[in-house]
Amino acid sequence: MKDLINRYGTGLTVLFVGLTAFWLIVLVILPNIYLFENSFRPYLPVVDMGGPKDFYSFDNYLKFFESPIHIRVFFGTILYSSIVTVICFVIAYPVAYYLAKVASLSMVPTIFLLLFIPMWVSEVLRSFAWFIILSFNGPLNLTLLGLGVIEDKIRWMTGFRSVMIGLVYTYVLFMLFPVYNAVQSLDTNQIEASEDLGAPWWRTHWRVILPHCKPGIASGSVMVFMLSAGSILVPTLLASTNSRWFTEIIQQWMFESQDWNTGSAYAFLLLILCTVFVSAVMGLFKVKLSDIAK
Amino acid sequence: MTAGVDLDNVCADFGTFRAVDRVNVNIQPGEFFSFLGPSGCGKTTILRMISGFTDPSEGMIRIGGKDMKGTRPNQRPTALIFQNLALFPLMPVWENIAFGLEVRGMGKSARRAKAEELLRLVDLPDAADKRISQLSGGQKQRVAIARALAVEPDVMLLDEPLSALDLKLRQHMRAELRAIQKRTQVTFIYITHDQGEALAMSDRVGVMSHGKLQQVATPREIYDAPVNGFVASFVGENNVFTGEIAGTEGGIAAFRTPGGLFHGRMGPNASGKLRMFLRPEHVKLLAEAGNGNSIPVEVTDVAFEGNFISIQSRDATGQMLIAESRNDGTVIPARGDKLHMVFDAQNALILSGDTAAKDVDA
Repeated sequence: MKDLINRYGTGLTVLFVGLTAFWLIVLVILPNIYLFENSFRPYLPVVDMGGPKDFYSFDNYLKFFESPIHIRVFFGTILYSSIVTVICFVIAYPVAYYLAKVASLSMVPTIFLLLFIPMWVSEVLRSFAWFIILSFNGPLNLTLLGLGVIEDKIRWMTGFRSVMIGLVYTYVLFMLFPVYNAVQSLDTNQIEASEDLGAPWWRTHWRVILPHCKPGIASGSVMVFMLSAGSILVPTLLASTNSRWFTEIIQQWMFESQDWNTGSAYAFLLLILCTVFVSAVMGLFKVKLSDIAK
Repeated sequence: MTAGVDLDNVCADFGTFRAVDRVNVNIQPGEFFSFLGPSGCGKTTILRMISGFTDPSEGMIRIGGKDMKGTRPNQRPTALIFQNLALFPLMPVWENIAFGLEVRGMGKSARRAKAEELLRLVDLPDAADKRISQLSGGQKQRVAIARALAVEPDVMLLDEPLSALDLKLRQHMRAELRAIQKRTQVTFIYITHDQGEALAMSDRVGVMSHGKLQQVATPREIYDAPVNGFVASFVGENNVFTGEIAGTEGGIAAFRTPGGLFHGRMGPNASGKLRMFLRPEHVKLLAEAGNGNSIPVEVTDVAFEGNFISIQSRDATGQMLIAESRNDGTVIPARGDKLHMVFDAQNALILSGDTAAKDVDA
């Protein structure tokens, strides 16, 4: 703190420490505490609030475990978020490797720019663009038909297909950058040493490059998974009647049933269960939290 | 198994820059061969071309008589020891050593046995399960050697592997490398900018400058009979005189310099701009002028090095001259002494070509 004051003066220091504190406390911590507190109270008409019926209980949380449909939607969300994470990795790893070790230095900024440009457009517009691209009479089907790749039009927007496409498109960069940093931090001599000792390319990746990148892959995966599982926009725009996302249920509780209490409980359940799931997967792959923070 | 390496008119171009320029050399099977030169002289590029990571833009590389064009590094009978060693930090020591065997499909217990055998060879018998980060510099060095030996290469390529070690350890590892080479009979190709290393370890040395191979010879020949000014000045200390030939007789030339007329031996192909090179250990500082080459000097500094004494002096033209004598118990000159620097014409070599700018850190 003293350093900050010395460097920027009292006025500026108070300003940006104050703004950060305001953002953190007023916009993040307090609303969460409010929702957390609410999630343990019943949904009551205004007149009963603070009355004898207004007491703390786990009823809102238990509603989830008593509803097979909600449980199924939850596991669907976990499953398809996991698949999205895996697809993001499969796409991002070769690109990251190419950018970090193959592409010439003069090319890299251009490629990064090309990757970034879509991010300048709002997520709503990008998802809506996919809605158009994937529609039954949309450009994707027409192109594939024209090229003779398919014989009949494909109904893309059924099941979780379109949701996954949208999520991969939206979040793939969150995988790319950590993995790129990880590959880049690997000494190229290690790759050459492996090759020199006779290893074919796939073994070099499996034994030398991937183990080195594990922390980067883990942090990319956690980000993509959590963002996907918590996404509301993409599922709302691209899901069909037979593909529901858990966030949509939370939204229904809050905005259609006006039951913020149960909605909050569901939101915290999503957070807690996803954290448990992520920790379990990290344990499975022997990744420590401190590795990710690097 | 061991194999010779032939470089046949090998060039390497990076854009318009020619890093390696028509290098021809036949390295014998089982030989310890060093490429010696200042940084940027193209020696590392040669090593990368032999190991297959860089393609020559012209010329041919043969290992064991076989043209290596189009053969990937993982298919060549070479093993490279990187300057930074490039050990795999996430594998324990034994897996590092056995990596090449794992690649070749050897079973786990056989790999482990072979790794332990190699660890005994490099004198690290208890390190198998250690992590790389637990090893000291010298131990990492040995693991890198063991890892390269594990794949039983015909040719071992070493890229300044000792440069990161401290002096004592470096001298120890020199002897060790040499011993391992003799025991395994593998061809060693060694890259270094350290002349002491190259002279002490090698059967033959190739001195390089600006991508060109200047001289290939035994360490003794390189030191005693350099073919040009670069080799003479890059390897060892010299007193250098600029001048011109005033006449020759039986290989001995009269050499006119600003400081006087001296006699020296004509080097090979000496023509154009000439210099006379005189090793500090080949001059004597005497009280009386000699019959032959003799320069009156004043002693400016005396450095007592223990086993020898290095004496700096200045001649009438102001040029600094160095003399070295063994510490044999005789009187050591003092600063300010007026003496005569006397040397034999046979030991003064007249050569053409530029001198090397010495690496300060070498």
